[in-house]
Amino acid sequence: MTPTPRRRMVPAYLATGGRTRPGGDGFERLTVLFATGAEQPSALAELEAEHRRLWDLLRPGALTVVEAAAHLRLPVSATVFLAADLVEAGCLHARAPIPRAQQTDRSLVERLLVGLRTLR
Amino acid sequence: MDSALSGNPPGPGRPDRVGYLPDPEQTLMKLVVAGPFGVGKTTFIRTLSEIPTLHTEEAMTETGAPVDDVAGLPGKTTTTVAVDFGRLTLPGELVLYMFGTPGQRRFFPLWQDIARGAIGALVLADTRRLADSFEIMDMVEEQGLPYAVAVNRFPDSPVHPAPVLRSHLDLHASTPLVLCDARERGSSLDALIALTEHVLHGLPASAPAPEQP
Repeated sequence: MTPTPRRRMVPAYLATGGRTRPGGDGFERLTVLFATGAEQPSALAELEAEHRRLWDLLRPGALTVVEAAAHLRLPVSATVFLAADLVEAGCLHARAPIPRAQQTDRSLVERLLVGLRTLR
Repeated sequence: MDSALSGNPPGPGRPDRVGYLPDPEQTLMKLVVAGPFGVGKTTFIRTLSEIPTLHTEEAMTETGAPVDDVAGLPGKTTTTVAVDFGRLTLPGELVLYMFGTPGQRRFFPLWQDIARGAIGALVLADTRRLADSFEIMDMVEEQGLPYAVAVNRFPDSPVHPAPVLRSHLDLHASTPLVLCDARERGSSLDALIALTEHVLHGLPASAPAPEQP
């Protein structure tokens, strides 16, 4: 945890096109984002340069919202705005961190424990 | 700063340096590594993370006033803090994300936002200043997250027997207390295993599969 006096080159409110509307409901830090295809979608031309940066980042592979935010040096909240627009435009897929809804908390934590012990 | 990208000009992603998820169908889990400034949170995450430690900069509205680092800036009510995180892929299509979270009460809303959905918290403590971890322990308890305390060993830290540490930290009898060296992988994994065992212990036994009509 370190205070960071450094300023971004593009303020967050510009990165989101100046909007403050609520958006990106259902997105969280670990929502997985990936491109719908390797070809640049035509819908991308209608969007802002910051959208293109996010799409370019995700073209080679999948990342979580928080990883994309870190690589683009954007706040998580701004990244969620951009991702929501790109999903709406059909350029990105987004999925929840836990893909199979039938898993119980207990079975997940059991898997985690087995995995950690294997690494040990 | 601890970002792998620190020092590089901002710009589009550099795919050669981005650790993409190998399989978009993996299950992603989260835990928080909490503690006061300088206790070794980032070291702990860096030791276990398979990707260079990343950080996001989170703008946050102050909940307490006055605030020392914005003193002299009338009207300024927000501050920016860096939140470090790392990632560890485990056998069985599981990926664990570890978030280093701020230990001060004034960052409580940010802490709540990061901790939402986490399976638990590992609270780091330093025997030279155990009391510095009290604030974050209160926040973890308020959030209702199960937690374990890991005492990070520093070369000049005084060594106390576990019962003395437990008493000083006022730990519940069931809360695990482990000693660890955040620079050492096996030791850090042991701390996560202790936390995960504790989390599992607190979960109800698996319900039987629902009957098909």
